[in-house]
Amino acid sequence: MTLLDVRHLSVAFGGIQAVSDVALRMAHGQIVTVIGPNGAGKTTLLSAIAGIIPASGSVTFGGVDLARHTVESRVAGGLSLVPEKRELFAGMTVAENLRLGGWRLRAQGFRAATRAMDECYALFPRLAERRGQRAGTLSGGERQMLAMARALMAKPTLLMLDEPSLGLAPLIVRDIFRTIRALRETGVSILLVEQNARAALAISDYGYVLEGGRIALEGDGAALAADPRIVEMYLGTAAR
Amino acid sequence: MDQSIFLILLQDGVVNGAIYALLALCLVMVFAVTRVILIPQGELVSFAALTYATLDTGHVPASLYLLGGLGGAAFLRAAWAKRGTALLWLAVETLVLPAGIAGVTVWLAPQKPGVAVEVLLALAITAPLAPYLYRLAFQPLANASVLVLLVASVGAHLALGGLGLLIFGPEGSRGPGFSTAMLSLGDQVVPGQSLWILGLTLTAMAGLYLFFEFTLLGTALRAVAVNRLGARLVGIRTEQAGLIAFTLAGILGALSGVLVAPLTTIYYDSGFLIGLKGFVAAIVGGLASYPLAVLAALVVGLVESFSAFWASAFKEVIVFTVIIPVLLWRSWRHQDLEDEE
Repeated sequence: MTLLDVRHLSVAFGGIQAVSDVALRMAHGQIVTVIGPNGAGKTTLLSAIAGIIPASGSVTFGGVDLARHTVESRVAGGLSLVPEKRELFAGMTVAENLRLGGWRLRAQGFRAATRAMDECYALFPRLAERRGQRAGTLSGGERQMLAMARALMAKPTLLMLDEPSLGLAPLIVRDIFRTIRALRETGVSILLVEQNARAALAISDYGYVLEGGRIALEGDGAALAADPRIVEMYLGTAAR
Repeated sequence: MDQSIFLILLQDGVVNGAIYALLALCLVMVFAVTRVILIPQGELVSFAALTYATLDTGHVPASLYLLGGLGGAAFLRAAWAKRGTALLWLAVETLVLPAGIAGVTVWLAPQKPGVAVEVLLALAITAPLAPYLYRLAFQPLANASVLVLLVASVGAHLALGGLGLLIFGPEGSRGPGFSTAMLSLGDQVVPGQSLWILGLTLTAMAGLYLFFEFTLLGTALRAVAVNRLGARLVGIRTEQAGLIAFTLAGILGALSGVLVAPLTTIYYDSGFLIGLKGFVAAIVGGLASYPLAVLAALVVGLVESFSAFWASAFKEVIVFTVIIPVLLWRSWRHQDLEDEE
């Protein structure tokens, strides 16, 4: 069943076309990756789907046309974004960040949010150790964990992750990818934007290659990972 | 100057400073959440004071027209933007509420219900003006720059000032004190009104602190202040946060007006000067620090009361000059204080 259906999506910044006529579909329970070089429009694509920036074309999520939906109402509908810059509440503690992540659950009472927080701590034990610490003082990896946990507090159907491995040490990257795969097992669908194409494609059901704001190539994760053009451009030279 | 005069001036300064502190807190909070510098805060102070004074004479205050008018305008503006969703709630907030308040006021005012009820009525009539103003003037501009919001704020100040003259006329009036008791502390006499002012401002500050520190809603407001995008990404609607911030500012602004009404004669435009002193304190706090703003407000109150004694003609000048060294110091310390996000 189609969860997300993006059609003819275009975004222009002051006359420059950042994303042109992109079509993207994904089903419930899938992990889908968008790879591509710097400046290909990957972040712009996710921002447009999240509603942060205006775009032309259509985004349908769970059968609902999102044209008139704000960022906030998209979150309420189960569509969450973890942005590249994380956008944490730096002066607040880890626990407060999570509590706010559960804003969508506020009608269900304090208990529901506390239960969701415990689930997050189980998923990211490091955060449990740091729950009283201010978000601004966390390491890069911990920040990414907190950003993901905060988004998960809203119980999203679809979680969009923008460069979750950016600037992180290899061991932590491995953890993050393991967590992403574990999340899928719990029923969360994931739309992933990554520089680390090899790791991303390895866990993906389907992938898109974005170049110059257009979809240059698409296919199954494994097929893309084996495609000679991809190997040459994104996997072969990138000796990460 | 002997000791008793010193103590009287000290007491005056602290009492006025407490009121400025309340206003400074509102300015800091509203700016943090909405990036609006709330200049019309001063009008709220005047309107609350004059409404309170009118109620005490047993008349129905004309500010009810303002309440109804602004509520209606806010309804139309918001209904236009919303295209028919959640209209019922909106109507309750902007139409039914003012009608209810007006009804109660018309019923109670001629009976001279006593100071406590009059205070509550004055608060009920004045405080909602702030959220209506937000819906009308600021919510549609929520994504504009700080400068545009400032211009809108000046506009709102001028418009409300004009309406204030129309509604209350050019005459000043003075509200009754909450208490006529005089406490003697040694050879120093402390009027009951001063204790009321200190007690209520401290209570309001403690309430604000508890709200922001320990409730989810308060935390959400802080979240909007530190990271708007982050707040939106967890589903907090920034316009709702702005509405709540304005509501709090409305309540505290009106409270300040009611507190100041027995101290001095208030005219339709007196609140502006009072608000400006709160603004000085807020600026000292960098429009960001609540404790600094409160501290600065106390200093402003003290400077004002002592300069009133030594050089009363230059009282205001001295108070507003205090801000210059602070601004210089600030601009030296942070070369890049342009808070444009």
